[in-house]
Amino acid sequence: MSLELVTILDKDGKAQRGKDPNLPPEELQQLYKLMCATRALDERGLALQRQGRIGFYLQSTGQEASHIGSAYALQASDWLFPAYRQPGILLLREIPYEKIIAEWFGNSGDTSKGRQMPVHYSFRQANFVSISSPIGTQLSQAAGAGMAAKARGEDTVFMTFCGDGGTSSNDFHCGLNFAAVYKAPVVFVCENNGWAISVPNDKQTASDSMAIKADAYGMPGVRVDGNDILAVYRVTKEAVERARRGDGPTLIETVTYRIASHSSSDDADRYRDKDEFEAWKKKDPIARFQRYLKHKKLWSEDFEKECVEGSRDEIAAAVKVAEALPPVGPETMFEDVYMNQTQHLKDQKKYLHDLVQQGGVGAEIGHFPL
Amino acid sequence: MTATNPQAGESKTGTKVMTMLEAINDAMKVEMRNDDRVVVFGEDVGKKGGVFGTTMGLHEQFGENRCFDTPLSECGILGAGVGMALYGMRPIAEIQFLDFIYPGFDQIVSEAAKMRYRSGGEYTCPMVIRSPYGGGIRGGHYHSQSSEAYFCHTPGLKVVIPATPADAKGLLISSIRDEDPVMFLEPKAIYRHAKDEVPLGEHTVELGKARIAREGADVTVLCYGAMVPVCEKAADLAAEDGRSVEIVDLRTLVPLDERTILESVKKTGRVVVVYEAPKTGGFGGELSAIIAEKAIEYMEGPIVRVAGFDTPFPYSLEHLYMPDPKRVAAGIEKTFVW
Repeated sequence: MSLELVTILDKDGKAQRGKDPNLPPEELQQLYKLMCATRALDERGLALQRQGRIGFYLQSTGQEASHIGSAYALQASDWLFPAYRQPGILLLREIPYEKIIAEWFGNSGDTSKGRQMPVHYSFRQANFVSISSPIGTQLSQAAGAGMAAKARGEDTVFMTFCGDGGTSSNDFHCGLNFAAVYKAPVVFVCENNGWAISVPNDKQTASDSMAIKADAYGMPGVRVDGNDILAVYRVTKEAVERARRGDGPTLIETVTYRIASHSSSDDADRYRDKDEFEAWKKKDPIARFQRYLKHKKLWSEDFEKECVEGSRDEIAAAVKVAEALPPVGPETMFEDVYMNQTQHLKDQKKYLHDLVQQGGVGAEIGHFPL
Repeated sequence: MTATNPQAGESKTGTKVMTMLEAINDAMKVEMRNDDRVVVFGEDVGKKGGVFGTTMGLHEQFGENRCFDTPLSECGILGAGVGMALYGMRPIAEIQFLDFIYPGFDQIVSEAAKMRYRSGGEYTCPMVIRSPYGGGIRGGHYHSQSSEAYFCHTPGLKVVIPATPADAKGLLISSIRDEDPVMFLEPKAIYRHAKDEVPLGEHTVELGKARIAREGADVTVLCYGAMVPVCEKAADLAAEDGRSVEIVDLRTLVPLDERTILESVKKTGRVVVVYEAPKTGGFGGELSAIIAEKAIEYMEGPIVRVAGFDTPFPYSLEHLYMPDPKRVAAGIEKTFVW
């Protein structure tokens, strides 16, 4: 049994008759701008890492339609339990560049106070739950949050993301199972970008697709062209509405491709076929959506400049601001372990404080980025 | 049941004789009445009332939204619990036996424990993970282990272990009200064994404050959970040899009441650390190190550990594996004659 791949835009950017969600022009342009800005942010993040100014970076290039299109179907009051390749959602939810970039530098401007590697964002103001590195843990948390909202009679919807590798995690199983058993208002988005670091889909599962797994949990599974932002938006909107009206969770598999290496520490050329990569590069989600906007007469050279160069300029300015912010103080290491600092942490803080006062401690280890 | 409406077994001062099981049950009822964010869930906690009966009557009294059975998945119970706490609930997740917690270990160690820290305080995880632990019920490896040290080794978690019914109630209510994730480990060997007066209604015991279970002058015994009554019997044996034993019931391992521990060992000059977990890497090693670092000049004998052995928990030889009054008494004697 194979699932149909839901598509709206053909490769020339023409919408199939009767399937176009007919978003208003300004919304279409907003989506395009968000995709361009997300890519510009990604380019800058990797460049800063290569220049040795930040320690690490994870790109999302090629997956802009997949994560922006899905999150666009939510209301601002809905919650996100993200993985680590959905930075466009931060822009969609109007987090300023400076706040995002300060997280890369891990300095005093970082909402998480320099406690995590770059790209592990937390933005409560955007209902964007703190990201962790272990794969899949957010899936069962989204199920639990959905169970809580449902029990309270609230209509919040919870969207959570994982990659193709995430479908093999413990939490994929228990998260989908719990959400389905309790009919929790959750939308699971599996961004299938083909690769879990160096492990391809056929080593991840023997199923025909990731979406088909939904069937065994008793929820709908949808397979959508992840490089087609209109198709992604349409299927997630249906899933969000379904969740909100109390009909339970949905699993959406967005079929896309990880254009970049896994991270700044990885080199995909060592394990990935060049032809496969080149073929997917031609399916670029931004170029495809641009062709659609051209058909709709919603694109111009000036608009393109605003989206791409405008974003780059804003990002460059934000990097200057964020990079200049002071580092986090040594005492912050001991904060937020517990709500109230325990005596043993107070003792350890004093011990470190005294060492730092004497000078020289930590000098051999050096400062990040390494 | 309230203090103003005493029933059989209650004293007029607002207490009632309860087992630890009943006290834990009472604590959850009190907090579920006080705070509608409190929910209790896990395997068989609903209509059945839990395999030991700690959640008896909660489903009936508070309904399916407040006390419910889950699929058989510790990973799911704990992951969903973290999500509920993030969303503003006060989840109490029951893990049927501590020996089965490992599929959900990631959610405790990587998620619950680190949420406040990694989000710079933006997100928190006020959640209680209740689980029966420890030997003494002929449960073999998988219904007997004492793995508290794993959790004590994880910053961000609090670890609470009661030894009396009144403390079980007071510590559990405090744990539910705490803003941080708490591992509430219940010594199942004394679930029904210990019967004592328990205050009715509101009753809290501050986390991080040890209890002097018995005052003494010659030697301090540090212990927690089901080892407390074992140490009390050992103290009786030692008293026959003229040794006056002070017993400190730690109540919470994290945060640890170092002040009470150090005051006691400085007073007596001798210490025995008793824990039923495997000796190597157990929490008693940490207690011994703290005393060695901060009070070695007061010690008149070696710091002695009486613990489980470094073997998997045995079934048929359980009676020899667990520290018993005789072994603890021998440990006490070793601080005098070495």
